[in-house]
Amino acid sequence: MRQVLSFEKPIHELKDKIAELKKMAAGSELELDAEISRMESRLKKLELDIYHSLTTWDRVQIARHPDRPTALDYIGELFTSFVELHGDRLYRDDPAIVSGIAKYKGVPVTIIAQQRGKNTKDNLFRNFASPHPEGYRKALRQMKLAEKFNRPIISLIDTKGAHPGKGAEERGQGEAIARNLLEMTDLTVPIIAIVIGEGGSGGALGIGLADSVQMLENATYSVISPEGAASILWKDAALAEKAATSLKITAKDLKALKIIDEIIPEVKGGAHRDLSMQAAYLDAYLESTFNRLRKIDKQTLIDNRWNKYNNLGGFTE
Amino acid sequence: MSLKTIFKKKKKYAQIPTEKAKQEIPEGLVEKCKHCGKIYYEKEWRQQLKVCPNCGTHHIMSAYERIDATVDDDSFEEWFETLISTDPLEFPDYQEKLVSDREKTGLKDAVVAGRATINGYSAAIVVMDTRFRMASMGAVAGEKIARTLETARTELLPVIIFTASGGARMQEGMLSLMQMAKTSMAVKRFSNSGGCLINVFTHPTTGGVTASFASIGDYHFAEPKALIGFAGRRIIEQTIRETLPEDFQTAEFQLEHGQVDRVVHRHELKNLLTTVLDLHSAEVTES
Repeated sequence: MRQVLSFEKPIHELKDKIAELKKMAAGSELELDAEISRMESRLKKLELDIYHSLTTWDRVQIARHPDRPTALDYIGELFTSFVELHGDRLYRDDPAIVSGIAKYKGVPVTIIAQQRGKNTKDNLFRNFASPHPEGYRKALRQMKLAEKFNRPIISLIDTKGAHPGKGAEERGQGEAIARNLLEMTDLTVPIIAIVIGEGGSGGALGIGLADSVQMLENATYSVISPEGAASILWKDAALAEKAATSLKITAKDLKALKIIDEIIPEVKGGAHRDLSMQAAYLDAYLESTFNRLRKIDKQTLIDNRWNKYNNLGGFTE
Repeated sequence: MSLKTIFKKKKKYAQIPTEKAKQEIPEGLVEKCKHCGKIYYEKEWRQQLKVCPNCGTHHIMSAYERIDATVDDDSFEEWFETLISTDPLEFPDYQEKLVSDREKTGLKDAVVAGRATINGYSAAIVVMDTRFRMASMGAVAGEKIARTLETARTELLPVIIFTASGGARMQEGMLSLMQMAKTSMAVKRFSNSGGCLINVFTHPTTGGVTASFASIGDYHFAEPKALIGFAGRRIIEQTIRETLPEDFQTAEFQLEHGQVDRVVHRHELKNLLTTVLDLHSAEVTES
């Protein structure tokens, strides 16, 4: 069953009508071609109007679409020789984070990715892509290996946040994220982070400190979920739409604030409409960034990384 | 009188002084322990550094109270005190909240930083003040912490951070989240040059502060019973659908789980900091 997003309803209604008319025309003598073509051009205009003026809340819905491609979908499209590597060597393997080595355009790379499930069972296994400390520690282990073998790191972000749980706290969720930020500061290899779905706060940043941070056009990246912000600020989770807009969580907003470096366009209607086309868009951006960063010497890379984060604004003297 | 009134349970509130007692104690000269309700003269309260002599509860200190309790008299030189938020997102009601917290606290934001001596040992000091927006970390807090670490790096000073925070400054959105990166990166640069970072966890230290500079110091001390954790108790309880134990995320819990080195009574803190600073200065002179 297809999931219809609320803002897409008029499009689907019109599509249904056109389909109905076509069916009628096929089974009768009625001359409906003119009517059908009139409606089809209306559909085109409607799609253009809707998809070119998406609100923040529309994008939140696209980013959360159950059919939205996951990290493993993109890994399958973009990389070759992918070898998944498991475990943090300390406690256990965290299925919310997928990590491994692969080739990108023939060059060995390290991949770290947050992985949503495709269905309920899969989601339970993946813990809805909310990592535990061991996930961040597995990621750190991969980063250290990447540095040792001089492999660029490609990080795919897609999480509602780090898991808020008992075991996670007992094992130092805060420390695990902080340790990654500390170590990513001066890793001597390029780090490219791409937000492919939802970027949930510290849980996203824990694998997201990067030389280039990119976002898919309809992805979101926020310090708190719109629902969470609304319930804390206005004691009303129903004001999530207002909170989403105020928090400035879209790719466009974050590019303007210099928090991300690139916006990767999405196929019309969202990435879930066409995985291979979407992967091709992503590939184009990734490749040019990848080639650019690989040419930069290690010390300049680290200096640029520090300057990028240290120069972020929001204050005055 | 209704039945409801007759059977109404007597609430176990702290005793309110009688009219006569109120007359005897001039207003503003007493403080009440928020935990056991015992009342103290303000002077004793100050001498006790806001630790209740009866039940041991460590009450929250303001930034300048903390500085007074920690550094040598008149040794504190404040840094970067003019930094203020630009409200970069133009977030609804944020300016008003900042203005009202500034009036309430006399602070420009939640972090006070500077240089001081502690029993003669020089150090850079950062204190987070929960009276200002729950000491949430926005661009100003992040900038002050990063600048302090950078200044201390070039001036070869150890850094002591008294952490406290409700988490990220929501009204600054993603710029607030990026302060986790900025402060952690500054810790790494400081650490790479041999700098010594002492973090003192005070009540409460949570969210993005726990998930950044607070958790990656060289030494982690914590005040008794201080709440220290990443996710909030309520969120965790909602997620796992069970009630968490009373001591969950306390300083003692974090000691047991290996996240802090020692739990230290406030009255012993200055001595401990002095000892650690001394141990580090000895290393420098001998090498």
